[in-house]
Amino acid sequence: MALTVEKLGVSIAHKVILHDLSVKFPSGKRTAVIGPNGAGKSTLLRTAAGLNSNYCGTVRLGGTDIRTISRRAMAKKLAILPQGATVPADTTVRQLVDYGRFPYRSWFRPGNAQKDREAVEWAMGVTKVEQFANRQVQTLSGGERQRAFLAMALAQQPEFLLLDEPTTYLDIAHQLEVMEIVTHIKEQYGMTVVMVLHDINHALQYADEIAVLTDHKVIAQGAPRDILTVDMLAKVFHVKADIFTNSQGAAVLSPVELVR
Amino acid sequence: MKKTTEQKLPGRRPETDCSSKRRISLLVIFAVLACLGGIISVMKGSVAIPLEEILAVFRGESIGTHQQILMNIRLPRTLVAALVGINLALSGAILQAIMKNPLADPHIIGISSGAGLAGIVVMLLLPEYSWLITPVAFVGAMGAAMLIYILAWKNGIRPIRIILAGVAVSAFFGAGISAMMIFYSDRVHSALMWMVGGLSARSWPHVELLWPYTLAGGFLAILAARHLNILQLGDELARGLGLSVEKTRLLLTAVAALLAASAVSVVGLLGFVGLIVPHAARLLIGSDYRYLLPASALLGAAVVTFSDTFARTAFAPVELPVGIIMAVLGAPFFLFLLRKEL
Repeated sequence: MALTVEKLGVSIAHKVILHDLSVKFPSGKRTAVIGPNGAGKSTLLRTAAGLNSNYCGTVRLGGTDIRTISRRAMAKKLAILPQGATVPADTTVRQLVDYGRFPYRSWFRPGNAQKDREAVEWAMGVTKVEQFANRQVQTLSGGERQRAFLAMALAQQPEFLLLDEPTTYLDIAHQLEVMEIVTHIKEQYGMTVVMVLHDINHALQYADEIAVLTDHKVIAQGAPRDILTVDMLAKVFHVKADIFTNSQGAAVLSPVELVR
Repeated sequence: MKKTTEQKLPGRRPETDCSSKRRISLLVIFAVLACLGGIISVMKGSVAIPLEEILAVFRGESIGTHQQILMNIRLPRTLVAALVGINLALSGAILQAIMKNPLADPHIIGISSGAGLAGIVVMLLLPEYSWLITPVAFVGAMGAAMLIYILAWKNGIRPIRIILAGVAVSAFFGAGISAMMIFYSDRVHSALMWMVGGLSARSWPHVELLWPYTLAGGFLAILAARHLNILQLGDELARGLGLSVEKTRLLLTAVAALLAASAVSVVGLLGFVGLIVPHAARLLIGSDYRYLLPASALLGAAVVTFSDTFARTAFAPVELPVGIIMAVLGAPFFLFLLRKEL
């Protein structure tokens, strides 16, 4: 089961966002999508998740064209966490996580209460939000709130988890916390993760695969150490970077200056 | 909203949150208020009928003028008031979720302007057909709602386009209403009553017209409570959670339109209930639609029955249109709630 995108083209208001883009997100791995602002990373993620129906090309979920999958069936297989999600002021964390069970309920069937409860408890456990289960989402700090939304996505019990800039606006501790949760669910539950990341070093450290998106396409994909090189940063971001090895023996890229 | 304290009770079911106890007691209070509103509305008027006598009439033990007043005037009028309150409040509550806009109410989908223009045309141009007002107003309301929906359609519906199309269509119809009132200023009294909304002389035929909508609309709304909760999260999250946003929005707009159109065609442009009651209910009970919908319905029934009783009795023998009373008493109360909560 992989998520594959073939010859994807997306235009928004006559402006080409993605063109002839093909990429495969391999199952059971964490793929980081990187690229400059405005390259269409969010659009790629939204389209792959079926949120954008205005595209040409094909998106396949485990071999099936997502156009033929109902929204509800899709939501059981794939969860997406868009940027800047908001909730009504008085929504509690538990309520928010419980919304993740929506695809398992229908107009007349209230769903399996026992299973729903277990899934909600599990999702809150994995993301460590149980201690504020009854707090209002709005009263949480940015990092806690992001984990609550992550718990909602996990309550869908998806095979694929798509995260749009999950660490943006978080302090470094909360950034690492989110990355650790992502790693944990991939390792423990074999979930396939696709995440848009801006922090090159997070991508190096926490991704199994990197897809570089620029000029409407994915121009390179592969293992982080092979893809995230000094040359690549110069080419894609126009940034000169130094490369170091940290105390863990891992490579760290440090941007030095812009190159024109 | 009172902040719930941070505490962990392992294995606790979500249905037994401490806040849900509070919400259920609030629902009970609203239900008591609605019943009380109904009972007082039946008792009070130009002739006061004591409770024992009302009970006697219902047991079939009392006949006479009081029985006549009760069964032919008070009871149907009270039922119309309650049903109108329920329909408008439910309609407003649904629209606030699907438009994701706190100002959304039956006006926004053209219900009021459509019914207003249609009703006034009948009243001023064809006064001899005044019995047609209700069906014509209903057609006008639904026609305006459909027109707005069609105008707002462009690869699907976005709330902001509905709201803007609604403003434009309402302005257009509003011009028609104003023009009619100026051309026929000699007959404008009945039209004015229609514009503020009133319950005088509403009787059994109106009850019969309203209750199917209340029943069907209420049933569909409660059924859709979970969907409305998801819609409040915004289109993006809602789609990600497997909700067919367009389909749900279309279906629920239709439900809201039918609820409001049935109410407005019977009593005229009672604007206040659809906007303020769902807000007041939201401030008191929260935004979870599983509680908010019944709360809005009960509060709507209570507000309209109480207001109508007041409108009939406060300045007797002059009877004020209920719309005026509701705005005069309701707006300050709503502002009080708002100040307290924000």
